[in-house]
Amino acid sequence: MAGDAHGPLEQFRIRELVDIPVAGVDLDITNSTVWMAVAAAGVIAVMVGGTRRRALVPGRLQSIAELSYEFIAGMVRDTVGDEGRKYFPLIFTLFMFILFGNLAGMIPYSFTFTSHIAVTFAMAAVVFVGVTVLGFIRHGLHFFSFFVPPGVSILMWPLLIPIEIISYLSRPISLSVRLFANMLAGHTLLKVFAGFVPALGVAGILPLAFVSALTGLEIVIAFLQAYVFAILTCLYINDALHLH
Amino acid sequence: MPQLEQISTFPSQIFWLVVIFAVLLVVMLRIALPRVQGILQERQERIDDDLAQAAALRDEAEGVLRAYEQAQADARAEARRLMREQQEAAAAEAAARNAALGERLAADAAAAEARIAEARREAIAGIEAAAGEVAQAMTARLIGVDVDADEAANAARQAGG
Repeated sequence: MAGDAHGPLEQFRIRELVDIPVAGVDLDITNSTVWMAVAAAGVIAVMVGGTRRRALVPGRLQSIAELSYEFIAGMVRDTVGDEGRKYFPLIFTLFMFILFGNLAGMIPYSFTFTSHIAVTFAMAAVVFVGVTVLGFIRHGLHFFSFFVPPGVSILMWPLLIPIEIISYLSRPISLSVRLFANMLAGHTLLKVFAGFVPALGVAGILPLAFVSALTGLEIVIAFLQAYVFAILTCLYINDALHLH
Repeated sequence: MPQLEQISTFPSQIFWLVVIFAVLLVVMLRIALPRVQGILQERQERIDDDLAQAAALRDEAEGVLRAYEQAQADARAEARRLMREQQEAAAAEAAARNAALGERLAADAAAAEARIAEARREAIAGIEAAAGEVAQAMTARLIGVDVDADEAANAARQAGG
């Protein structure tokens, strides 16, 4: 299926644009690189370009910039508390980068870099390692008490502690697979139904309507998955700071 | 699925992710976030300032209103006081004039009475004299006795009672 030039998974193929071999490793500039740069440029355009005039009464772009700032600031405050202020820039950048990556992927013929497990797992791994290091810095070896559920009989520990550890270790997997799979599934579904449109002739109006509706849903999912990634990062940071 | 097939692209994806994300993070950290925070803070301060100014202006307006009401009340009291004084003065003047007029009238009346009494007394005296003369003339004519004038006058007075 992946070999099929018009298959629904073909849109996820990474194409090399500039070959940059460094010490035997390919650090090529690819379509993925380009769309990462587009997403980052979009975020900068809104957050820096939109706030250039520092208007007292904000224009459209400045409103988006302020809204995003207050949205993420509120989220960090609600989930982590005042201590979370330090991590706000990171969470904000994560959210905006993923959001703009997801949204840029909705542009026809574009590429969705967040639909690649390598990218989502890299981000999730950084979050996971960072949060774990933060927990150890904060609590030392006491951090291991995080794996002991409070208020549970010692007899249950041999059963519960492995479960807690497994659930902790699966965090980066669930975090990365959730984003990757949502993007993959949504874009594949769009492509599959879009393929029905020319195939069905006049009756193609039905899949066309469906694809239109699905596009709206995908835009919602683009927001939702960026939000989920950011809020889970906040919750993990909160866990590392406050244990239980 | 290209995601799991193109493993050779993983280093490129992760390398550029790190580079681009780092650049974005620095731009957000250094420029965008402080700027947005500044804008929001400035707006909040401006709103607070405006509210404070509005409250000050309202207090001032209330002060002015109170002063105005005080001045109005003072003016009204002053007006009442002046009116009362004028009334009292007018009443006193009227009373004084009444009294003066009464005195003058009384004096006039007394003078008139005195004049009347004088006139009356003169008239009576005249009548008595005339009666004496009449009596003298009548006695001389009727009985041919020439009576002294004083006697005639006394007789006439006694006859008149």
